Amino acid sequence: MFDDFFIRALIAGIGVAFVTGPLGCFVVWRRLSYFGDTLAHSALLGVTIAYSFELNIAVAVFIISSVIALILIQLQKKTNLPGDALLGLLAHSSLAVGLVVIGFLTFIRFDIMGLLFGDILAVTIDDLLIIWIGGGLILLVLKLIWKPLFASTVNYELAEAEGLNPDRAKAIFTILMAAIIAISIKMVGLLLITGMLIIPAAMARNISDNPKKMIIFSIIGGLLSVIIGLFSSLEFNSPSGPSIITASLILFILSLLKIKQSIHLKN
Amino acid sequence: MSRYKMSLDKNILVKLKDAGFRQNNKWLVKGVSLVVEKGKIVTLIGPNGSGKSTTAKIALGIYKKIDGEVEKYTNKVGYVPQKVSIDWTLPLRVSDFMVLTENIKDDAINEALSLTGVEHLKNKNLGNLSGGEFQRVLLARAISKKPELLVLDEPVQGVDFTGEIALYELIKKISEELNCGILLISHDLHTVMSATDHVVCLNGHVCCSGSPIDVAKNKEYKVLFGEQASQTLSIYEHRHDHVHSHEGDIKKN
Repeated sequence: MFDDFFIRALIAGIGVAFVTGPLGCFVVWRRLSYFGDTLAHSALLGVTIAYSFELNIAVAVFIISSVIALILIQLQKKTNLPGDALLGLLAHSSLAVGLVVIGFLTFIRFDIMGLLFGDILAVTIDDLLIIWIGGGLILLVLKLIWKPLFASTVNYELAEAEGLNPDRAKAIFTILMAAIIAISIKMVGLLLITGMLIIPAAMARNISDNPKKMIIFSIIGGLLSVIIGLFSSLEFNSPSGPSIITASLILFILSLLKIKQSIHLKN
Repeated sequence: MSRYKMSLDKNILVKLKDAGFRQNNKWLVKGVSLVVEKGKIVTLIGPNGSGKSTTAKIALGIYKKIDGEVEKYTNKVGYVPQKVSIDWTLPLRVSDFMVLTENIKDDAINEALSLTGVEHLKNKNLGNLSGGEFQRVLLARAISKKPELLVLDEPVQGVDFTGEIALYELIKKISEELNCGILLISHDLHTVMSATDHVVCLNGHVCCSGSPIDVAKNKEYKVLFGEQASQTLSIYEHRHDHVHSHEGDIKKN
């Protein structure tokens, strides 16, 4: 039937989709897609460090992404540059530095395409453990900070005034973003992780009228994208990340039909 | 003032002592001292940009780097901000919004929504409400928590005239029923005069403060609000006596 690697990729992808679903909704609601992109770009630097010091890739990426997030927060406080300029600065400079470092590490053969676009062949049993345990932890923490995070997403001042500590929730959420990028980099690749976060959530927005529904549809959309994407990757020998994202794009386009329908009904 | 404070300390919910807030080296407000106590309504009045909302945010702890002191003795707070914009990217029904900061039982949600006259909107999307409807939902959300301290920043803006009167009556009733302290920001001088225990008149600093009658007689108040306010005062004094005795009658019955 299936080769063993394919089952592993499927289990890994399903684990990732369970986590990107709810996190992706927050990325859309809080307008953090470019922020997610920046963390993902910096992941390349994390990968080079993992190879240099023989660390686990997910751990190294998690550390570097968290550091980049902290640097970003500091730069926002200390400079007068707009947020998107700072994000661009960090995204491209960390990507560039990562590529330069790869150039120096001539003794290691890098599968750059795999890093950028995901590689299902590369998923090991260890990766599965990291995805499912790490993913479980991310969801648990997200559940714990749900109230302050969601309330401050709707209105920061309401959350702050009514004693929910939104700043702490925001800081923790930033770390969760670094964590999801760390655990999903092998599956989707660093250039496409943000797509995995945003596209199912955007699809879910089109067909939901309340936040819980949007999260559930976002998870379902992510799961379908992973399953359809991976099967077509196997079938057409296409890279896994782009196949998954293309599948999610098709789901998004289908969800537009629902919007058209509801507009039609209103008229 | 200090004797007063000692004897009623338990009742104090929030206290500002010479508080001020600066943004980009510009004082938004400074030197504000006020106390909100259980069961009392304190109203902030003043022209646009006089620091009313800023004072409310200082009292709420939203602004942290402040001058002076703010002491808050309760965490059960209900807040109606002056401006709330709900993003379209977030699908949110009224019922979702009601439990935003605290999980509230369905009965309490229904009760609060019907008090402000918007029970029928419970399953509507927040983005589809009119300004007045949204304002009523905001107020319902704040009172449904049964807070000890209510901070209402122009809570009836955009509400129709009859609704406005009803909502101000509701606010007064709530302060009595819940015995909660209310910090109110209002443009409506009539309401301020008839429903308030203590008025603080702001213009970047505290212009004058005291009971509604004291403030209305104050020269600075007259300078700030002009002839019309004086007229309002005379109408008010007349109306006040009437309303007061009328209420007394009802209480006797």
